[in-house]
Amino acid sequence: MEAIVKKRIKQVLKGDQDAYAEVVEIYGEKVFQICYRMLGNRHEAEDIAQEAFLRAYVNIHSFNINLKFSSWLYRIATNLCIDRIRKKKPDYYLDAEVAGTDGLTMYSQIASDTSLPEDDVESLELQETIQREISKLPEKYRTVIVLKYIEELSLNEISKILDLPLGTVKTRIHRGREALRNQLRHV
Amino acid sequence: MKCPAEMIIYMHEYLDEEISAENEQELRAHLQSCKECQTHFHELRKTIALVQSTSHINVPSDFTAKVMAKLPKEKRKVGFQRWVRHHPLFTAASLFIVLMAGSLFSSWEQDHEFSVSKQPNLIVQNDTVIVPKGEVVKGDVTVKNGKIQIEGQVEGDVTVINGEKYLASAGQVTGEIKEVNAIFDWLWYHIKKTATEVVSIFDQEEPEAAK
Ligand SMILES: [Zn+2]
Repeated sequence: MEAIVKKRIKQVLKGDQDAYAEVVEIYGEKVFQICYRMLGNRHEAEDIAQEAFLRAYVNIHSFNINLKFSSWLYRIATNLCIDRIRKKKPDYYLDAEVAGTDGLTMYSQIASDTSLPEDDVESLELQETIQREISKLPEKYRTVIVLKYIEELSLNEISKILDLPLGTVKTRIHRGREALRNQLRHV
Repeated sequence: MKCPAEMIIYMHEYLDEEISAENEQELRAHLQSCKECQTHFHELRKTIALVQSTSHINVPSDFTAKVMAKLPKEKRKVGFQRWVRHHPLFTAASLFIVLMAGSLFSSWEQDHEFSVSKQPNLIVQNDTVIVPKGEVVKGDVTVKNGKIQIEGQVEGDVTVINGEKYLASAGQVTGEIKEVNAIFDWLWYHIKKTATEVVSIFDQEEPEAAK
């Protein structure tokens, strides 16, 4: 995968814009996933994910071709998510938590027309709860939890993406897990 | 009961798969005997399972297309190279015309002066050419390095080279409106113009030859 991506990046570097489409195709899903879990809102996630690819494209010449492209891309995406979270004013924050379930609520509304079986409704509610609790985590814990458990990345990779010492990543994962445990233990 | 403080740390080390055999032994032994830590450990594992159970959210199907549309415009060079690759025969043929038009590059470099084709009822204000309301301008209007504001009617084509056009709702252009802004467009415009001229030369020559 990385080999194809690097080939495409070299083409992009030569100025062939079309070659970038395949890169977006390969990582779109993952970047969107990170953004969605970080921001808890489908619309914002799409917005930021697009922005991440745009930034990566514009700064592609500064990417070191010998490194892993995905790490570089995820770093751009997580930084944008963190910026977005920080920009939210405290009063907006409450809205954001409600909005955090946007995507899923939208789906449950659509779904309710087609009358879902009981189990599915229950699981949708559970999904909303989990996402809401993830959204409540302070962003530094949220980032590591998302990268570790949604993207299933190794601690080493997370430390590279976030440019943090491995020890710091470990501590944040531990604290993030403990915070989530407190929030989700009675679910 | 007071639990050893490191038990929680061991739990996390275990979850990160970074626990030493020795510590794991210790943790297991403690969990056997301590209800409280058992619950804590169980809750941690449950939390992870819950987070991992969140379903995959599908990325919108037009995501790639949207990103591609947002990218800054590709440098003409590569677009042109790709185009050449796909149209080799036409390229060879047009190379002849390009060579003829070669001198145009230098004329583009020097040619930053504002200019406009001369028609009696055009109003020129600084670098803006105005087709006044209610007036009819006959013939093609060409504006270079300036703006055109069309409030009246133009009976012919309007060409704006390296400038902007503004068409008022009452404004009207009977011919084509063309905007030429990059050097590539500029060259292309001249190739097309040359081609049309070549064609019209042949058109004119034919009746003469028939005489
Ligand atoms: Zn204990």
